[in-house]
Amino acid sequence: MTDEPRKIRIDVLRYRPEQDKEPVWEEFTVPFTDDMSVLQGLQYIKDELDGTLSFRWSCRMAICGSCGMMIGGEPKLGCKTFLRDYYPYGLRVEPLAHFPIERDLVVGVEDFIGKLETITPYLVPREARTLEEGEYLQTPAQLEQFLQFSSCINCMLCYAACPQYGLDPHFTGPGLLALLHRYNADSRDGASAERMQLVHAEEGVWSCTAVGYCSEVCPKGVDPANAVNQNKTASAMDYFLRFVAPKGTDK
Amino acid sequence: MEVFTTDVAIIGAGGAGLRAAIAVAESTPNLSIALISKVYPMRSHTVAAEGGAAAVTRADDSLENHFNDTVSGGDWLCEQDVVDYFVAHAHEEMVQMDHWGCPWSRTPDGHANVRAFGGMKIDRTWFAADRSGFHMLHTLFQTSIKYPSIRRFDEHFCVDLLVHEGRVQGLVMIENASGEFRMIQAKAVIIATGGAGRVFRENTNGGIVTGDGMALAYRHGVPLRDMEFVQYHPTCMPGTGLLFTEACRGEGGFLVNRDGYRYLQDYGLGPAEPTPRNKAMELGPRDRLSQAFWHEKQKGRTVDTPHGPAVHLDLRHLGAKKLHERLPQICELAEEYLGVDPALAPIPVLPAVHYTMGGILANARTASSLAGLYSVGECSSIGIHGANRLGSNSLTELLVFGKVAGIEAAQYASQTPHGHSATLEKQADAIAQRALALVTDSGGREQLSVLRSEMAKTMEDGCGIYRLGPQMQITCEKIDELKDRYTRLRIADHSRVWNTEWLLAIELGYLLDVAQSMVYSAFHRKESRGSHQRLDGYEKRDDVNYLKHTLAYFNADGAPRIDYGDVKITRSVPGLRAYGAAGEKAEAERKRAGAGHD
Repeated sequence: MTDEPRKIRIDVLRYRPEQDKEPVWEEFTVPFTDDMSVLQGLQYIKDELDGTLSFRWSCRMAICGSCGMMIGGEPKLGCKTFLRDYYPYGLRVEPLAHFPIERDLVVGVEDFIGKLETITPYLVPREARTLEEGEYLQTPAQLEQFLQFSSCINCMLCYAACPQYGLDPHFTGPGLLALLHRYNADSRDGASAERMQLVHAEEGVWSCTAVGYCSEVCPKGVDPANAVNQNKTASAMDYFLRFVAPKGTDK
Repeated sequence: MEVFTTDVAIIGAGGAGLRAAIAVAESTPNLSIALISKVYPMRSHTVAAEGGAAAVTRADDSLENHFNDTVSGGDWLCEQDVVDYFVAHAHEEMVQMDHWGCPWSRTPDGHANVRAFGGMKIDRTWFAADRSGFHMLHTLFQTSIKYPSIRRFDEHFCVDLLVHEGRVQGLVMIENASGEFRMIQAKAVIIATGGAGRVFRENTNGGIVTGDGMALAYRHGVPLRDMEFVQYHPTCMPGTGLLFTEACRGEGGFLVNRDGYRYLQDYGLGPAEPTPRNKAMELGPRDRLSQAFWHEKQKGRTVDTPHGPAVHLDLRHLGAKKLHERLPQICELAEEYLGVDPALAPIPVLPAVHYTMGGILANARTASSLAGLYSVGECSSIGIHGANRLGSNSLTELLVFGKVAGIEAAQYASQTPHGHSATLEKQADAIAQRALALVTDSGGREQLSVLRSEMAKTMEDGCGIYRLGPQMQITCEKIDELKDRYTRLRIADHSRVWNTEWLLAIELGYLLDVAQSMVYSAFHRKESRGSHQRLDGYEKRDDVNYLKHTLAYFNADGAPRIDYGDVKITRSVPGLRAYGAAGEKAEAERKRAGAGHD
């Protein structure tokens, strides 16, 4: 540990559609201290070296989900990845894989947001309750069933990690399948039959090839692979039950 | 320029903006809503709120308790009728969030659990572990998807309001991805853009918290109220200012100095008991705790860190199990950013800027003085926080008054015709030209990041935890100077697609106007109250001259005009503001005198 700033090389993949035909690497040298994040390194570049570098960021504390990027070839949050871990060799920073680059480190996320809107990502009450009747009763054990899957910050690192999403963008993808499962596993919710249609479908859980890298890169321990697996079981069970009781299970 | 027509436009899609949008959609489904946000809604800074949201819940609590805590916590600069409405509607909003799926932490029998918070007499803070704001924001965002009348304009940056014939009629924005201007013609506009903590250097706020909506309303003649009251949160990470929630202390954490001594007992907050009692010691209000830190620093009883003097937040006695259940995010922050396991070692902390108590002047129904314009959330001053906000009142505020703003704006829009589009489009073109001038005009030599850091530095010097007249004078002059230099800004990026340097430059303009309102308001308040503490002969609260709201009016040619407004006092007359044993004694005396009403 030293308080004297050292210097580190950061190679950033630049793409300015108004001037670049294709993405190009640009090299920067940044002074850093041991507590500086990659995001702070990029902020240094923008403030002191090149004001034209564009990237998204806000909270700095791994909760807003804005600063997902490829760092050293791996999907990571810039704000909780530290420059010291790449010293002395330096690091490469690229936009998140599997998303179209809009400019520099900014990628287009319309696909993710569009899909989010289609998975019924809200509570459809199992039974109606007025405000006067107070909150739904939900034991800590029932909360535990979905809490982990509700911790997704929509940073999309798991999409950049998912080889299947890279091959077939129709795949709903790990983060959103975890979110879907979060509502299905909530004791207050009554719309799992509706959501299971999407789970069964081609772009649902059966597209997943069980690589598990999504859970490895998740910065919040959501474990989307686990959510997908639980839904594979549920989906297979539903499929099986359709033969046993043809009219009994859906709706 | 592409033009969209809507009934209600909402700027900002954090907790307040989303709650308002849902209220419009539910109350008046036939109205169209444009929800504009410079980031995707779930990136909004509500996401970073940790501790929870206050609402009277337990049988041994009462609305009167919450009212008294809030009004005395605000050092009697609160609008008491608004506080009454607030405490009365808090609980139903928590229940509403439950019905929308918010994963509130639970008691063993399945009810929502509540925790203790600073300055609150009874435990009443609803929480979702220590990610309460995150869960509330995602719940609101995901719920908003249900309503077809809400049309989102994500990653659109608002550059100005359209005001014509004495009323607001829409806004002009930049689509971040293309750099193209778009106009929204609206009958009513709700500003829900959050605070302005980035005016300061060390702060808990996200990069997007730049006072945009405050500056927009202010430039159109709406006063900013009580802007001198800036909250320093006592437990933040040295260097970055990242927040360690007050819930750390609500769950039983201690604040100790370099000798391991719980120093708050030296500042009228004792007695020091093994478990912090509500409204005492570590559960005192934020202004008093940050002030106590300042004194410890003066006495040299702090610990040294690479980012300056700090004290220790000691959570070790809570044990790893409780820490990981109740404070998982705190554990993550301490471990990953500081290399400290809070179960094994204390966390170094210091005060950092956290919250702007003041904001756009709003009446009890969120309306501003400009017809059709409403405001809600941290950008707004509806009057519940006074001179110091209590922790966990602001998340509740987003919900209670987000709903009010939505209903009010919907009613106004239902009764109001659209204005003349061609006139507005002409105005919009002029606005676009002005915004473009920032990137196209060259010849300037001033560097954006230099102006920004000089602003943050001078604000910290002049508007810190303790303030001095001459230093505030210097800061006033410095901000005036920076505003002048801002007109000669040099922007390297002349492109349109995702030109974030351009957006940062516009934000800096907002920040400077808000900073100016803060320091001039502070300079003119010659007393000490809540978070505004002076050391230059005005150390005491002065109810004779300053039981008044400060109103700052924008002046394009120089210093803001400072005026004052009355404080609405219904039944709690200003009294001694005390905590710990002294507070309990004062409360008993108030009861005996019949002034406290229960």
